[in-house]
Amino acid sequence: MRDVAIVSFASAPNRRTDLRNEVEILMPVVQEAVARSGIARPFDFTCSGSSDFLQGTPFAFVIALDAAGAWPPIAESHVEMDGAWALYEAWVKIQAGQAETALVYAFGKSSPGDLPEVLATQLDPYLVAPLWPDSVSLAALQARAWLEKTGNSERDLAAIAVRSRRDAKANPNATLSGDFEIAKLLAEPYVAAPLRAHDCSPSCDGAVAVVLAAGDRARGVCKRPAWIRGIDHRIEPHALGMRDLTVSSSTRIAGEKAGVGNGAVDLAELHAPFTHQEAILREALGLGAGVAVNPSGGALTANPMMAAGLARIGEAASRIWDGSARRAIAHATSGPCLQQNLVCVLEGE
Amino acid sequence: MSEIVSEEGGILTAPHVLEYPYRRSVGPVLGRFFTELRAGRIVGLRTQQGRVLAPPQEYDPETGAATGSDFVEIGPGGVVTTWSWVVRPRAKQPLDRPFAWALVKLDGADTAMLHAVDAGDLSRMRTGMRVRPRWRAERVGHIHDIECFEPEPQATADNGLGGERQRAGAAGDGGQRARGERQRAGELAMAEEAQKPVTNIKTPMRLEYRYSAGIATSRFLHGIAQGKILGQRCPSCSKVYVPPRGSCPRCAVATEEEVELSDKGTITTYAIVRVPSESIDVPLPFASVHVLLDGADLPMFSVVQECPLDQIRMGMRVQAVWVPREQLGPTLQSIRYFKPIDEPDVPAEKLQETV
Repeated sequence: MRDVAIVSFASAPNRRTDLRNEVEILMPVVQEAVARSGIARPFDFTCSGSSDFLQGTPFAFVIALDAAGAWPPIAESHVEMDGAWALYEAWVKIQAGQAETALVYAFGKSSPGDLPEVLATQLDPYLVAPLWPDSVSLAALQARAWLEKTGNSERDLAAIAVRSRRDAKANPNATLSGDFEIAKLLAEPYVAAPLRAHDCSPSCDGAVAVVLAAGDRARGVCKRPAWIRGIDHRIEPHALGMRDLTVSSSTRIAGEKAGVGNGAVDLAELHAPFTHQEAILREALGLGAGVAVNPSGGALTANPMMAAGLARIGEAASRIWDGSARRAIAHATSGPCLQQNLVCVLEGE
Repeated sequence: MSEIVSEEGGILTAPHVLEYPYRRSVGPVLGRFFTELRAGRIVGLRTQQGRVLAPPQEYDPETGAATGSDFVEIGPGGVVTTWSWVVRPRAKQPLDRPFAWALVKLDGADTAMLHAVDAGDLSRMRTGMRVRPRWRAERVGHIHDIECFEPEPQATADNGLGGERQRAGAAGDGGQRARGERQRAGELAMAEEAQKPVTNIKTPMRLEYRYSAGIATSRFLHGIAQGKILGQRCPSCSKVYVPPRGSCPRCAVATEEEVELSDKGTITTYAIVRVPSESIDVPLPFASVHVLLDGADLPMFSVVQECPLDQIRMGMRVQAVWVPREQLGPTLQSIRYFKPIDEPDVPAEKLQETV
């Protein structure tokens, strides 16, 4: 396996509503990531993740190329998934020896639509989507199943929200942050019982970009590259009634294949858009109490659709660069109730 | 035009609807499921391992093996395995009052299906409760043939829930006979239709958005509302883009410098259109054109009028025809079309880069 590292990361401010067009949001982010990488364009490979359904603009991902600069023509690919899967594709491209450097970006503009309703369009179009179950209600099915099986309480979920929002105070790109009291949060009404607003990630418009480089190329531009020591992704059946929603088998397997258990873990950035999902993911990855989870505030405080998974990888890499972590786990999810999961193990040298 | 709103920073937004009237073929497995639903029955499909998948699937998600055709009738009652409570139902959802989404494991099935449960109040819901389907009176072979599930009568003391709901009160005397005949005719047609297996279903999709034009395009549209055409110049390669999108796609840098352009330009290419377009309100056939405005480096799309179609050519000089001043608005419809002007053609070699 070739040594491939993340050498830079940048994020948009993740506002609830950002009226700029996708290129206006994305371009400063790409420019910042490129400038920080110290690598001059063109990159050997460019890959992006986004979904046009979010903003209702067909082929928005093509327009978004303007932010990356596609002249003279570049080697490029796009996934209708979170940018973490675009990063996976770029990593494979570098492993195959077809690239030494790659630019990976992702963006999501959720504010133009009703996000929980838009996400219903990703469901089984014969039996489920015609009922229009919103994404929050589906997550709430999972939350109840998990709460009833484990004996945990809504208070335990609120504690996850409180910690995330407190940690997000140090993240200038968080959609929301601050000090909150569990009792006050629990006094709020349900959005979809058993979930309240604090259990759900806020909808926002955002974008992130990272730069990958192989071997000495990475060492040449980055003092302490965040090496990808393992990366794997797994998917489960789409039918919710066929899955055990209280566990994440796909995360567990991806974590095993990526080698999460091969060493001590300092921190984990878990893409958990709902409080209970953080707990399910912790368990699936076997993360003990000593592991700092989502020091960035996580998706509960900034969840740009199609970009929040890639942001987890970027945030985890940032902690390798600054020396605060030696070994970090990053995770991305996609689909309803943690259907598909990607796990990435990052290490400093 | 009145639906266009100028928001913070002068950025324009407008309503935008995505609508797909999908009709989906369902294949033999789901076809059988929907055919049975129409008849008021629910079937699952027994896998080679003996598990009953409900709703049936073409392939066993555990083994990937084709599931065959060992259909078994299940339910109609079942048990709620987990549920969530919707406080404010959305318009497209099955019920217009607070309800539960639930995974329901029907009697005889090994997997659960998602549907709504009309329980009236959150306090009536619990995991493990028994529910049964509330059938729609007129069924077509669709998941909506089950209006929703409802608590089984013994599970609740509420008389309002449980039994079949009273439907459509008695018709008035006057039209009663005619209505009766229409109903019989309708029933006959339904009975005839009901002989045929369900092969496809309608699954319309409609999503409503509030589209934002972004910073650069909003400035352009505000200019249009004043009868001005504003482009933007790239600080790196100096090319002028119109309509501007705030960036140079060649250099991948932001564009900010505004340039007012002439409303005269040159046709770089064209097509004769003979099919109607919803967004272009001119009589057929018409010429759609790319017009390179004087001072711009990228042509913009429009249509040409006041010109016989066989005289339109590359290099032809044209000018915008605007709507009357008082009708100007922040929309490209403020430019009705382009018309020819009495100026010599621009030679082809000068247009090479923009064709």
